[in-house]
Amino acid sequence: MSNATLPAETSSGAIRRRALADFWFYFSENRGAVIGFWVFVALVLVAIFAPLIAPHSPIEQFRDALKVPPAWEAGGRPEFLLGTDPVGRDILSRLIYGAQYSLFIGVVVVSIALVGGIVIGLIAGFFGGWIDTVIMRVMDVILAFPSLLLALVLVAVLGPGLTNAMIAIALVLQPHFARLTRAAVMAEKNREYVIAARLAGAGRLRLMFKTILPNCLAPLIVQGTLSFSNAILDAAALGFLGMGAQAPTPEWGSMLAEAREFILSAWWIVTFPGLAILITVLAINLAGDGLRDALDPKLKRS
Amino acid sequence: MTQPVLEARNIVRDYHVGGGLFGKPKIIHAVKGVSFSVEKGKTLAIVGESGCGKSTLARILTLIDAPTSGELFIDGMEIDILRDGLTRDMRQKVQIVFQNPYGSLNPRQKIGDVLGEPLLLNTNKSAAERRDLAMQMLIKVGLGPEHFNRYPHMFSGGQRQRIAIARALMLSPSLLVLDEPVSALDLSVQAQVLNLLADLQDEFGLTYVFISHDLSVVRYIADEVMVMYYGEVVEYGAREKVFSDPQHEYTKTLFAATPNADVESIRQRVTARQKERAAAGV
Repeated sequence: MSNATLPAETSSGAIRRRALADFWFYFSENRGAVIGFWVFVALVLVAIFAPLIAPHSPIEQFRDALKVPPAWEAGGRPEFLLGTDPVGRDILSRLIYGAQYSLFIGVVVVSIALVGGIVIGLIAGFFGGWIDTVIMRVMDVILAFPSLLLALVLVAVLGPGLTNAMIAIALVLQPHFARLTRAAVMAEKNREYVIAARLAGAGRLRLMFKTILPNCLAPLIVQGTLSFSNAILDAAALGFLGMGAQAPTPEWGSMLAEAREFILSAWWIVTFPGLAILITVLAINLAGDGLRDALDPKLKRS
Repeated sequence: MTQPVLEARNIVRDYHVGGGLFGKPKIIHAVKGVSFSVEKGKTLAIVGESGCGKSTLARILTLIDAPTSGELFIDGMEIDILRDGLTRDMRQKVQIVFQNPYGSLNPRQKIGDVLGEPLLLNTNKSAAERRDLAMQMLIKVGLGPEHFNRYPHMFSGGQRQRIAIARALMLSPSLLVLDEPVSALDLSVQAQVLNLLADLQDEFGLTYVFISHDLSVVRYIADEVMVMYYGEVVEYGAREKVFSDPQHEYTKTLFAATPNADVESIRQRVTARQKERAAAGV
């Protein structure tokens, strides 16, 4: 769309760059958010380069090194920095590979929940009337269950495994997105620009997805990041209960579950996966809070 | 005499207000049998207080809502959107400019896309043609081609209203409904936008239905004036006649309530007050 005769400052690239600079200005006001953001970036890098970083394979068993404590403890060995688990696998390597699973779970679950929630919420908010009532009552029913319990039931029906666990978690998280979208759509759909677009001849689909939806995205992005950590947490919980990732997948939740009988005898086997989950979730939540501050126009001072 | 661009016969619009679980459903008559006609190139001003049915009438004229009963003719063709639905042709005939320029532009849409959208949806023009037409229209409403790629929040209220006018004109409608187009703008910008509207009317032979509560604006732009009061037309006629010789009680009250901001009248008020004070004081 850029035109050579236009001054450079009005080209769309420059505008996007300025918007990005604006966004970063508001985002960086929040120190916690910035720290969370960089931790998250580090996590992504670790996940991407896991095969290069990890000292060992995550499923290789060292028969001569069962339950070796971390390197700095008495009896620790330098090649196993965070120790090994009861079957002799290197915990650090498993954690590094586990980051892949956690991010994968987060991305997939949030995508499914986001897309489903947006479509359902858009339909409910846009059409209103009995369609809205039916959809929102169904959402209320889903919300009324404790989320983990519902996910557990779904996994029990679908059969254990990481894929089914992700589908179950996505279904459980989806009503939050639907509600949020519906509320935003109902606020936007009576604005004059929507009427103007309708007068210009925009059909329903165009009104819904092109005119209204882009103006409802800010709260959804925030909810998306917060749900990202929720998804990781729920997947870990399902893994812990034996319904998520199955052994020998190095998923943090199932690592916790396998280690729980050694809590007293070998603390490092339980502690490090737990810490990994804690740090990841905390970082994402902090970054999500910062996103909310930066994207919510009501909080923005111009 | 030319054929009227817009003719309304006995337009009625009722709203049903269901009184909840226990209240009785009520019928509110928002517009009660309004008839009028506007000729090509003329401006009809609709004046009245808040809640008198002006905006309801505007929604009917722009084919957003259907009237409960009554007939509407645009360019001599009867239009009934309940019966026939809304076609491309009809849509191209009537466009609207809204009161609030801050709400009527999509904040996530570039100006170029705002102007191009009506063409994209209603014509088969190519992207380059749409772009050229949008550029021309931008210049016509007093903005520049450098505004093409900007977003609405980068513009002032007056500029936004110019954009809204440009968007309304993209399909070259024969009738433009202006729903209080200048009442959200400050006085100097009001004058600029009104002049722009007058110029565009001359250039394109547009017909305006101008809804307003500001009598000084109406006096400036209108050819005919229609005064509404509680959904009814209480006064309808040429501008000079209505302003010089109002017949209905409500019209007289309305004119009397208009603040007079001439230097002469302000001086008179000041001296009158000084006299009063002098009399009351010592």
